[in-house]
Amino acid sequence: MITYLARRFVTSVVVLIGVSIFIFVLLHATFPTPARAVLGLQARPSQINAWNKSNGYDDPVIVQYLHYINTLIHGNFGYSYVENQSVVALFQERVARSAYLSGISLVLAVIIALPLGIFQAVKRNSIGDNVATSAAFILYSMPSFFLGLILIQVFALSFPIFSFEASQSNSLWVVIGDWNGMTLPIATLTLIVVASFSRYMRSSTMDVLAQDYIRVARAKGLPERLVLSRHLVRNASLPMVTLIGLSLPALLAGNLITEQVFNFQGLGLLFFDSLEKVDYPVLLAYTLAGAVLVVVGNFVADIALTVADPRIRLA
Amino acid sequence: MATPPLPPVDAQRAVLLGPEGGDVGAVQSGWRLALREFMSNRLAVVGFGMIVFFVLFCFVGPLIYRTNQIDTNLIIANEAPSGAHLLGTDTNGFDELGRIMVGGQAALEIGFFAAVVAIVIGALWGAVSGLAGGIVDSVMMRVVDVFLSVPFLFVVLILAVKFGASVLSLSLVIGFFAWQVPARLVRGEVLTLRERDFVLAARTAGSTSWRLISRHLLPNALGVVIVNVTFQVADAILAVSYIGFLGFGLHFPNVDWGDQLSAGTEYLQDGYWWLIYPVGACIVLTVMALNFIGDALRDSMDVRLRRR
Repeated sequence: MITYLARRFVTSVVVLIGVSIFIFVLLHATFPTPARAVLGLQARPSQINAWNKSNGYDDPVIVQYLHYINTLIHGNFGYSYVENQSVVALFQERVARSAYLSGISLVLAVIIALPLGIFQAVKRNSIGDNVATSAAFILYSMPSFFLGLILIQVFALSFPIFSFEASQSNSLWVVIGDWNGMTLPIATLTLIVVASFSRYMRSSTMDVLAQDYIRVARAKGLPERLVLSRHLVRNASLPMVTLIGLSLPALLAGNLITEQVFNFQGLGLLFFDSLEKVDYPVLLAYTLAGAVLVVVGNFVADIALTVADPRIRLA
Repeated sequence: MATPPLPPVDAQRAVLLGPEGGDVGAVQSGWRLALREFMSNRLAVVGFGMIVFFVLFCFVGPLIYRTNQIDTNLIIANEAPSGAHLLGTDTNGFDELGRIMVGGQAALEIGFFAAVVAIVIGALWGAVSGLAGGIVDSVMMRVVDVFLSVPFLFVVLILAVKFGASVLSLSLVIGFFAWQVPARLVRGEVLTLRERDFVLAARTAGSTSWRLISRHLLPNALGVVIVNVTFQVADAILAVSYIGFLGFGLHFPNVDWGDQLSAGTEYLQDGYWWLIYPVGACIVLTVMALNFIGDALRDSMDVRLRRR
């Protein structure tokens, strides 16, 4: 198990280095030097060249890459010349709100999708299963902004129960308490995630139901309720661990869309604003953060799976 | 690996002369089986019919339902559906139904081209990686891991902002960041295929690596590729709608479905439903039809699930 984890760790580090090269190349292609932003539009080419030289922006690409890595390691994710603020400061204002939105949506999605998928597999081809499968299929094919709009139409305009705009407060505690504003964004993100989770959950439960140990449990006369709770649930939930790790890119994208639809001041909306202002340092820093999160998430999911599943530990 | 004893000369010759012919015959009956399996799946047929409908609707529809999509006419802006304009008019006075057809052309074109780009890159990458094996394989697969880790939508949006959005640029950008899954699938197929006798025979006959890939490995990995194409088209259409919705899609007077929906949301509170729900339904139905087809294709290609 130690060798497996060590190998997995080395792979993750290699991928992280690859990600940093990828983002650096992208940054280099889109925003090679901030000289124009620093010196202003009136600056002469000679001045720009001189600024590039004195600030290391005409060094060989490999030197610039190492310099970039060095600043990253020291916690400097770049500087937004549009906002006149460091990227880290911009992120700090908003990260808690986005983490809350994604986190609670993910938790709710797991709480809903686990029993739903098991129910669907156990009552296969029943009316309930067919309804849930159809709903999941429609949601799965639906862009999240359209789902958000439908929810706004139904629950904020036709039946004004909730607000069509997310909480605008700066305080995380107010945001958490503001169910009126937060229900629809959270519901949007949760439903999108549930749609894909419940599909996996259903097929993973069907695989487990076909296993010999389930047949043995039934053959020895165990009540169906205990067969499900003791033998089925834990085994069928295992793929969920990997799935949560793999769902991070979808969550980040979902965050971007949901925050834009509901005007929620999180990282996704910051990314959207930066796209409109063509603020490459912020865009690239957020993409890098997302990629690192994905790599780390997959690694953690693999570790969690080895802990949860003894069969992998032995292998 | 222990070398098996050589078969009699006749059998060797049969292997050398007839590998392609024999194998292709077997594959074709497999294809026929798969087709029958596909046709027996009701959802797949429905999905296929829906795609045919949308292609005709978007590309042939404008020839039958003629509308003015060139001149704006603010006098008739935001009119409700009527006999003259079956789905009303949009903010610029364009006929909404005709507009949806135009937007659908862009969505379907980008979806198709992006899928082709992704599949071509992915299939070649996966085949080379699987055939080469060893250190080349590991390096190429780590590159796939890197591309998989970087959030797709973010990179595509950044490049759409940088390079501007046209049907061609969006297809290339989306395709260039969507080839990782086909690469993995094809590599997996190639890893098993390269141990098969017909590949050994082709090698013995002196095939170059390129010939091996293009004539023997890729045709036999076609099943997984075809399944993946449909999902690629669906994902690309969704990606375009996201880009368009956020306002970084095609530029006026060109339009895509996401762009249209985004314009319609400004009138959500005014109740101009014809600007939002028809085009939203088009996105959902197209993507859903493609997913139906993809699922059915996967089931029909999967020998384990096939009924005897």
